[in-house]
Amino acid sequence: MKRTIPLFLTAIGGFVLIIAYYIPHTQGWGEVAAIWFDILAAIAFLLGGGNLMKIHLKKISDHKAGWAYSVITIIAFLATLTAGLGKVFSPPSMQYPDMAWSGSYREIGSAFWWLFEYAFKPLTATMFSMLAFYVASAAFRAFRAKNFEAILLLGTAFIILLGRTAAANWVTGWLPESWAGLKLENVTVTIMQVFNTAGNRAIMIGIALGVAATSLKVLLGVDRSYLGGGKG
Amino acid sequence: MFEFFQKLDRRWIFLAMFLAVAIPIIIQLDFEETPTDLAHRVFDAIENLPDGSRVLLSFDFDPASEGELKPMATSFVYHCAAKNHKMYIMALWPVGPQMADDTIENVIKEDFPHMQYGHNYVNLGYKSGYEGVIKVIVTNFTELYSTDTRGTPWNAIPMCTGVESVQDMDLVINISAGYAGTKEWVQYAVTAYPDQIRMVAGCTGVQAPLLYPYIPHQLEGLLGAIKGAAEYEALVVEKYKLEDDPKYHEGIRRMGPQLVAHLLMIFLIILGNVIFFIEKKRGGRR
Repeated sequence: MKRTIPLFLTAIGGFVLIIAYYIPHTQGWGEVAAIWFDILAAIAFLLGGGNLMKIHLKKISDHKAGWAYSVITIIAFLATLTAGLGKVFSPPSMQYPDMAWSGSYREIGSAFWWLFEYAFKPLTATMFSMLAFYVASAAFRAFRAKNFEAILLLGTAFIILLGRTAAANWVTGWLPESWAGLKLENVTVTIMQVFNTAGNRAIMIGIALGVAATSLKVLLGVDRSYLGGGKG
Repeated sequence: MFEFFQKLDRRWIFLAMFLAVAIPIIIQLDFEETPTDLAHRVFDAIENLPDGSRVLLSFDFDPASEGELKPMATSFVYHCAAKNHKMYIMALWPVGPQMADDTIENVIKEDFPHMQYGHNYVNLGYKSGYEGVIKVIVTNFTELYSTDTRGTPWNAIPMCTGVESVQDMDLVINISAGYAGTKEWVQYAVTAYPDQIRMVAGCTGVQAPLLYPYIPHQLEGLLGAIKGAAEYEALVVEKYKLEDDPKYHEGIRRMGPQLVAHLLMIFLIILGNVIFFIEKKRGGRR
């Protein structure tokens, strides 16, 4: 039963969406299925929050390696949740100017805004910008012209790296207009629009066929791996 | 010397990258941008719409990609505001509304103070469901957006009167950092309603190669990374005479550090290969 009901729901949901795409009169069914999906996605946030608490509380209670980071995670999670749900320090809204904390949780000056602006934003931006350092180090150590394919990749990388900056003009800007196709910025566009597009289209078509085949197997109940390994 | 480079401590590379980015920022190194065809297509798609057209802007990014995407978001909003287009702002990413708030504060409230919320622009906020949200709003907005972020009912927002779905928009502009983003908008909105929905997008550098296959039919134009932002910015700055406002030069300003960082990368790759071939010649590495 534990497996039959999910299989049934999956099949119904999938086939409704397929039918709704091809038969205009059934478009409303597809909308209903999509709304259910959006509601489930919202509920997933609650499950995610609960799961986060469960995993980190267990890590703290077991005193596993790095449990102090779990304490920080839980404090940050609860502080942000309280600041957002409680609309802490949010300025009064225009409709209720006499009521404290009646404005939006995102308003400038609210605790949530402060956390977003001065904690979340710089932290995520820092994490992402560190990629530049690691990519440079990896390029120095790993990008080797070991064979013909690697040489092709290196050559393309140089053209794109130069073609996406003002250096393209320094290197090939002197070429006459009749040779404009050989200017680095134009070669970059050609690589992206011709070679890259051709390769990507082939990959996309392949993936689409694979997705269609796998989806059909899931909808027909042939592939049940998504249900997990439990006994039904 | 060879030994030093052979066993180069990665902290030297980190220092070099830091200087390659920091120095151009400090000395304000920038260059003139020559817009490519794709930037022109994006610009023309917005410019050629009749004044007061309906434009849906989806802010599908977070602070991690702000460096690449905020300059184009700023230019998109300025361009739409200058054309007096009605801007319907939404997000498929949880922090998208905050990114939109930032742009509204910096562009609309500062440079277009006459524009009224609910009449000229509206922030519809974030809804969970990723592509599920697109699937619903392409046929019916109010199924998901019964109110805007301020809690005002859909029908009480003057500029939402008569708007039923994304199909009523004259153009969709998507600023995307990944999933859910431009690819999902193309697959679930433009592909499903090719005659009703037109779209342009701005995306991060890693996404751009995956989106080229959709140009020009499903995607009229695409701004790839900070280079695309700088090209589009150059067109907006030239058309609307914004030479003196540094806010609209952020993309162009970031091309300086990008140039030096790219040159450093090329130098490091060449250096690494020179070491590799010398080692190979000496029989040190196979």
